[in-house]
Amino acid sequence: MEYHGGTYDVIVIGAGHAGCEAALASARIGAKTLVITLNLDMIAFMPCNPSIGGPAKGIVVREIDALGGEMAKNIDKTYIQMRMLNTGKGPAVRALRAQADKVLYQREMKKTLENQENLTLLQGKVERLIVEDGVCKGVITQTGAHYYAKAVVITTGTFLRGEIIIGDIKYSSGPNNQQPSIKLSEHLEELGFELVRFKTGTPPRVNSRTIDYSKTEIQPGDEEPRAFSYETTTYITDQLPCWLTYTTEETHRIIDENLHLSPMYSGMIKGTGPRYCPSIEDKVVRFHDKPRHQIFLEPEGRETEEVYVQGLSTSLPEHIQRKLLETIPGLEKAQLMRAGYAIEYDAIVPTQLWPTLETKLVKNLYTAGQINGTSGYEEAAGQGIMAGINAAHRALGREEIILSRSDAYIGVLIDDLVTKGTNEPYRLLTSRAEYRLLLRHDNADLRLTELGYRIGLISEERYRAFLAKKEAIEREKKRLQTVIMKPTPEVQEVIRQAGGSELKDGIRAADLLRRPEMTYEHIQKLAPSDEEIAKEVAEQVEIQIKYEGYIQKSLQEVERLKKMENKKIPEDIDYDAIQGLATEARQKLKQVRPLSIAQASRISGVNPADISILLVYLEQGRIARVSNE
Amino acid sequence: MTEFDTIAAISTPMGEGAIAIVRLSGDEAVEIADRLFRSPSGKRLKEVPTHTIHYGHIVDPKSGQIVEEVMVSVMRAPKTFTREDVVEINCHGGFVSVNRVLRLALVNGARLAEPGEFTKRAFLNGRIDLSQAEAVIDLIRAKTDRAMNVALQQMEGRLSKLIGELRQTILETLAHVEVNIDYPEYDDVEEMTPRLLKEKAQYVRGQIEKLLSTANQGKILREGLATVIIGRPNVGKSSLLNALAHENRAIVTDIPGTTRDVIEEYVNVRGVPLRLIDTAGIRETEDVVERIGVERSRQMLKRADFVLLVLNNHEPLTEEDERLFAMIEGMDAIIIVNKTDLPRRMDMERVEKLAAGRPIVTASLLHEQGIDELEKAIADLFFGGELEAGDLTYVSNSRHIALLEQAKQAVDDALSGIDAGMPVDLVQIDLRRAWELLGEIVGDTVNESLIDQLFAQFCLGK
Repeated sequence: MEYHGGTYDVIVIGAGHAGCEAALASARIGAKTLVITLNLDMIAFMPCNPSIGGPAKGIVVREIDALGGEMAKNIDKTYIQMRMLNTGKGPAVRALRAQADKVLYQREMKKTLENQENLTLLQGKVERLIVEDGVCKGVITQTGAHYYAKAVVITTGTFLRGEIIIGDIKYSSGPNNQQPSIKLSEHLEELGFELVRFKTGTPPRVNSRTIDYSKTEIQPGDEEPRAFSYETTTYITDQLPCWLTYTTEETHRIIDENLHLSPMYSGMIKGTGPRYCPSIEDKVVRFHDKPRHQIFLEPEGRETEEVYVQGLSTSLPEHIQRKLLETIPGLEKAQLMRAGYAIEYDAIVPTQLWPTLETKLVKNLYTAGQINGTSGYEEAAGQGIMAGINAAHRALGREEIILSRSDAYIGVLIDDLVTKGTNEPYRLLTSRAEYRLLLRHDNADLRLTELGYRIGLISEERYRAFLAKKEAIEREKKRLQTVIMKPTPEVQEVIRQAGGSELKDGIRAADLLRRPEMTYEHIQKLAPSDEEIAKEVAEQVEIQIKYEGYIQKSLQEVERLKKMENKKIPEDIDYDAIQGLATEARQKLKQVRPLSIAQASRISGVNPADISILLVYLEQGRIARVSNE
Repeated sequence: MTEFDTIAAISTPMGEGAIAIVRLSGDEAVEIADRLFRSPSGKRLKEVPTHTIHYGHIVDPKSGQIVEEVMVSVMRAPKTFTREDVVEINCHGGFVSVNRVLRLALVNGARLAEPGEFTKRAFLNGRIDLSQAEAVIDLIRAKTDRAMNVALQQMEGRLSKLIGELRQTILETLAHVEVNIDYPEYDDVEEMTPRLLKEKAQYVRGQIEKLLSTANQGKILREGLATVIIGRPNVGKSSLLNALAHENRAIVTDIPGTTRDVIEEYVNVRGVPLRLIDTAGIRETEDVVERIGVERSRQMLKRADFVLLVLNNHEPLTEEDERLFAMIEGMDAIIIVNKTDLPRRMDMERVEKLAAGRPIVTASLLHEQGIDELEKAIADLFFGGELEAGDLTYVSNSRHIALLEQAKQAVDDALSGIDAGMPVDLVQIDLRRAWELLGEIVGDTVNESLIDQLFAQFCLGK
């Protein structure tokens, strides 16, 4: 029965990690927002590993928080373990990772959505979009309801024509046996979208009571209280450990013998899987010499005995999975609760998107998350918040918001997707960021709070606290530039104890701090400030002074990038009219339609000669003649 | 294929060699040439097979007047230098008629090529990479056989290969650092410690230096060794010049932009390209004794890389000879004691002392004696007598040299970062910069390869 269901500013399809952020951002900005999800009990569900954060990804969570998103706060309320990774390395690569209580995480997120002003939560299945003259005007559900909106965000994850594969069994399904979304996928094809088939997988889950932990190594959380959100003030102290064990030669032998039963190798799976998240059969085949692989046992929550067997992602038949478990120390008698599986799904080729995540094909239609070919909760959430902001801004007639590669990992992520596309489920890595020294875990607020406040996602109160922190950092930096440390016995003693060489002369405190063995704590002890210096302020002062040279170098590079970014390419440019472009470059440019020379230069297949031709064309409005000399 | 128009240019340097080539490249190259070409047998270029050469005449289609007698090569895409249709019209009638052929091509639909545009097209059509493209430009300018050899080798991508290998070493190191960062719990790989990183950085630095050390020789091969022949009047400078030129295919060029009266000649002495400066001066002044003075020698020496000092065996060492020795102090030089057919009046002990270890060759240039010894001395001096022909990799392009220097600086920054106790992931920034700079030499700075390396090198994932 067709009927009019209501009119909104923004409709979000899906309530996974992308959908939740998109919906919350949109509603908080002030757009009347409707969220339609297949199953209200699966909001913010984690179908894969029960953890959030890690290198690069953890920084994304911080960025979401600085922009006024929810993921950081939600995990801070529900973690069972928190660890800072890479503490032995430089500040640019430190990253926080939490083990989540999966069930609690979902419940908290659902509560937040339910209580959000401007936000309507609805269970339903969207099968079609209402598109008129290339503009998206709403959605139609399975039950015939027509909902209208000024902007629509699709965040359907791996549900699009999802198929689960275990051994030789293959069936139509979303993750964790949820109903898949088939008609919407077909509808997107109808609209002219190019789709690709991707694949990902999960490992089996086992019952904790049946694990012999004595044969494994304990992996506890950090004792120091930590949080993702800059606003979190209370910490969960009662943490649960994870456990480490290894595969054995026996495990590998069984895999070798049963490889023909793996749908990966029988040809049953056609989708492209991610290299960074290979199945155990992949690892054994590709790195045959490696005698053992790490297996982490991660509890899925406080109120459940289910344990996630990280490292054993597989699509081998269930009975082989049981055999594999028996060969792993600690898991010999483990009860299998859920079998691992591979899932294939449709994703849209992300070069079909503008950097705002709006589709080029259909105006006012945005996509975010795994549908764009990414993997990972954090990558999804990062796109979600940006799509939500841009959809709400479109609905409310406000400006477009695009993060640059030098602003945030989220900027790197989205730019990579819309500029380069991806041949496999895309995961953020620190090496994807050119300016990672600037995109740190610790300074996400300094980078993005201003923007979050301008958009309206950061409260006045939080903004004032942020400004105060910023000023405190500057004051303290300035003080250390002026304070002179004299070679007094006390100073020499502290330096000696830190393992440094003694002062010959007076030295500015900032210069002393630059010595590798000195920390802010040392300086504070020798030349304390009159005001109380907060821990986060001290951290910034230390990092900004100690690594000033490198930071400056990166900033100079960013300057060059900004110049290229400021050379805008008009949207209606006719690449066919530019003589001299290589055919491949011309095709790529026509496909990606970059907004700036900077973006154009990152397209693979567009070489420097093409860029110079383009530049000259843009600047002089005539055909370029580029000399090679 | 790139949809370019058809370009044409005289592709041999002006005034060099007996044959000049007008080259056309583009979709209409064959058609345009066909309009101008008349074969005695009446065949049409449009109909001939690819990669064939044909005898005939270039005729002005309007007037029907014969302009030039030519051999025309027809090479159709894609197996050509530019990957476009290419026609080469080989002319031999000198500057005026070659220019007329070119003009006819232009009038009949071709566009005059920009400098380096053929190479650019080859580059844009994916025919060659950036360093190869630059080698082609060098090839066009190569003055001697030896230089040709270097240019050819570079074209075959030898430098590209060396740079590629070096970049791979850096890439593996970078991937090693990355894996420690992105997979901190991954236990199968040794932590990249500052000490380990330092070793790698030092190795890379050494390799870059090795490449740079060939740069000077490369430059000399490309531009020729600026050589000055000095000596008092009537010692045999002119005979020396003639001997070198006669044996070694002298090419006289009038270098534009320099003083009109400075004439340079290129000779190839056993692979060493000599650019003989002010040969006109020598030729003129052998007769006009007064005009060759110490002053003029001094002026010439300022521009010289290498000096040939000629003395007269038949006369005692003069004050002026001593002054010439004083002027070339510390310079690369060979002392030629000429006129050994006449009785010796030269104080050889004194000459040896003044030569200060530099080679002395005795000769009778007029009777063509001692020329072999002289050539050998020149080759020995330049190649150190050790370099084997055919195994040379020279960095011979100033853009390459600049990039290599920058890359070396980046590695130096990395090394000083390590010494200052900076964390590996920061030091890595500089190393990565070196990798990118080296990539610019071969026109490849694609970032994705680091991630590919990461997953190829290590077994990662959950």
